[in-house]
Amino acid sequence: MTYRAALDGTSYAFTDLKRLLACASSARSGDQLAGLAAADDVERIAARYALADVPLTDFLDAPLVPYEADEVTRLIQDTHDRSAFAPVAHMTVGGLRDWLLGYDVDGPTLAALAPGLTPEMTAAVSKLMRNQDLITVARKIEVKTAFRNTQGLRGRLGSRLQPNHPTDDVRGIAVSMLDGLLMGVGDAVIGVNPASDSLPDIKVLLDMIDGVRERYDMPVQSCVLTHVTNTIRLMERGAPVDLVFQSIAGSQAANAGFGVTLDILREADDAARSLGRGTVGSNALYFETGQGAALSANAHHGVDQQTMEARAYAVARAFRPLLVNTVVGFIGPEYLYDGKQVIRAGLEDHFCAKLLGVPMGCDVCYTNHTMADQDDMDDLMMLLTVAGVNFLIAVPGSDDVMLGYQSLSYHDILTLRSTFDRPPAPEFEAWLRRQDMLTTEGRMRVSAPQQLGRVLGPTGGLVA
Amino acid sequence: MNDRTPEPRSVDPWADLRDLTIARVGLGRCGDAIPARDVLAFQLAHAQARNAVGATLDAATLGLDDVIEVHSRATDRATFLQRPDLGRQLAEEDAPRLPPGAYDVAFVLADGLSATAVTRQAPGVLAACLKALPGWSVAPVVVAHQARVALGDEIGERLAARFVVMMIGERPGLSVADSLSLYVTANPRPGRADSERNCISNIHPRGGLSPQLAADKLAWLLREAIRIGGTGVNLKDDPSAALPSA
Repeated sequence: MTYRAALDGTSYAFTDLKRLLACASSARSGDQLAGLAAADDVERIAARYALADVPLTDFLDAPLVPYEADEVTRLIQDTHDRSAFAPVAHMTVGGLRDWLLGYDVDGPTLAALAPGLTPEMTAAVSKLMRNQDLITVARKIEVKTAFRNTQGLRGRLGSRLQPNHPTDDVRGIAVSMLDGLLMGVGDAVIGVNPASDSLPDIKVLLDMIDGVRERYDMPVQSCVLTHVTNTIRLMERGAPVDLVFQSIAGSQAANAGFGVTLDILREADDAARSLGRGTVGSNALYFETGQGAALSANAHHGVDQQTMEARAYAVARAFRPLLVNTVVGFIGPEYLYDGKQVIRAGLEDHFCAKLLGVPMGCDVCYTNHTMADQDDMDDLMMLLTVAGVNFLIAVPGSDDVMLGYQSLSYHDILTLRSTFDRPPAPEFEAWLRRQDMLTTEGRMRVSAPQQLGRVLGPTGGLVA
Repeated sequence: MNDRTPEPRSVDPWADLRDLTIARVGLGRCGDAIPARDVLAFQLAHAQARNAVGATLDAATLGLDDVIEVHSRATDRATFLQRPDLGRQLAEEDAPRLPPGAYDVAFVLADGLSATAVTRQAPGVLAACLKALPGWSVAPVVVAHQARVALGDEIGERLAARFVVMMIGERPGLSVADSLSLYVTANPRPGRADSERNCISNIHPRGGLSPQLAADKLAWLLREAIRIGGTGVNLKDDPSAALPSA
């Protein structure tokens, strides 16, 4: 079906819905690389005019990726909740945008709507929204999950402590972990990206982190971010696995590139839940996503990268994960060229995920060949905090010495807590207070590093 | 700097721990923020990495005789960064500069994501490689601009070389901005998959591979590739080859 717009006497035609969505996307290098982007800004706006008039039901009638060929499409279509969709079933994409921004549409209304929305609908409406709209609507939505603490509560901000080391040296990782804990980081997860795929090496890391957690009775969860099939094997061998991690994307073929299927994810979720290690909840999966993942696997089916990204959230929500985050600036300038594109993508990803009921966080980050710097990251971390992001990732001094890119620093999490009055998860906040690490105003004590000697003992007891 | 966390050096609990990781741990705090000295150190490292990404390769500074200079179809740095597909294709007008010969191996010095790495490491690595391959017929050295790894496939095919070795600058990190990689591909021609290559990475003077070690590994890979009939995933790195300690 062809979609049309006529502007100032010029008519524009878009051959189908995926062409229309791609042209309506704000400019980004990945869509240009794929040959999907609008020819210029005027064509982009013409596409938005046409998109504003598209009935939401069109997205149910004509899937962008064929049902027969793709299990993600089947998941989206087969789990679509018609009765939840009913309140907006008569709307166009433009009508949905205006409705979402109204005062009457509150958090509970949007939570009830979530099962009635498809990822493609959320992507479509995001293309008609400015950055402030993406923030205004997202901050209405609370997506709460729990394991050993409660994530996603309104007015709070979680953080992932990412203590990576280039050779997985367990003492080096322990030092980076301690540095973060002394700044109150890590309630969302203490999560290591291992350099090695070796199961015995990974078990050493899991044992170390779990040992520290037990010794200090910390209400946190840990994760070593290796392939899901590795983690399944580690669980079989009795390793202390809290969260199971996996990178996911928005098509079956892209997930095949990651070596996963929905069945494998189901098996992992069952295994993790059966361990029963959560104390206040049982959300046991952790997913990472990012725009460009499908295109880089040549598995995007001619669909723009932001819409493909939103489809990954349909995969995520099927497994009720504890945490999901977009690794927004990691993929490089051929997908998101500069700070402006990275910031826009981060806000889109957070908005679409929240609208679908996914507990969304973000790795606010960039590589050295992207036109961005730490000032852009300051902007995005603050915008996402205002938008109510579930959690952000932080590393020592913003420098990930294993993956070779820049994320937020532990200090940045302190800045966000102070500036926006966002404490961590309540169970973790209470633990910090019990350890006498908070001042009466609720700030992390600057003298906290002095406690380090006490914690470590004269022989480095932490990792002895 | 007066409000920096007061920690006399003698009781700084981080002093020993910093030796356990190159991560930026124990930075201290000014309120919530990182102290100025460490902010500046970070900004310097980032600026150096950015410079390495933006640097252009000047063939005249490499100290090599008779090089052939070619360009990819990415006409400038901004295009190169956004269009990896163009960086893998040879500019049309440069094709005639690559006459075929009966060569065993062709070396291509390619800017990749760090021309700085090529300028600093490639001449020494190339000299060591030539010494490690006595009796080999070597094509004239090619210097390639705005080049991705796969550009070597077309260059190698046009030279009719049995192997092409791309010496290419890696994406700069904050700690090392001039690390070089070697990619070896047998029977090069456009369309070769990454799984049909072998890579020797991390060649730099700060705890990385030395030029000599890189050349020894390359010579071993080339001879092994001749023995098993190709490069790629079936050609495993020699377990007896020494590895860097860091």
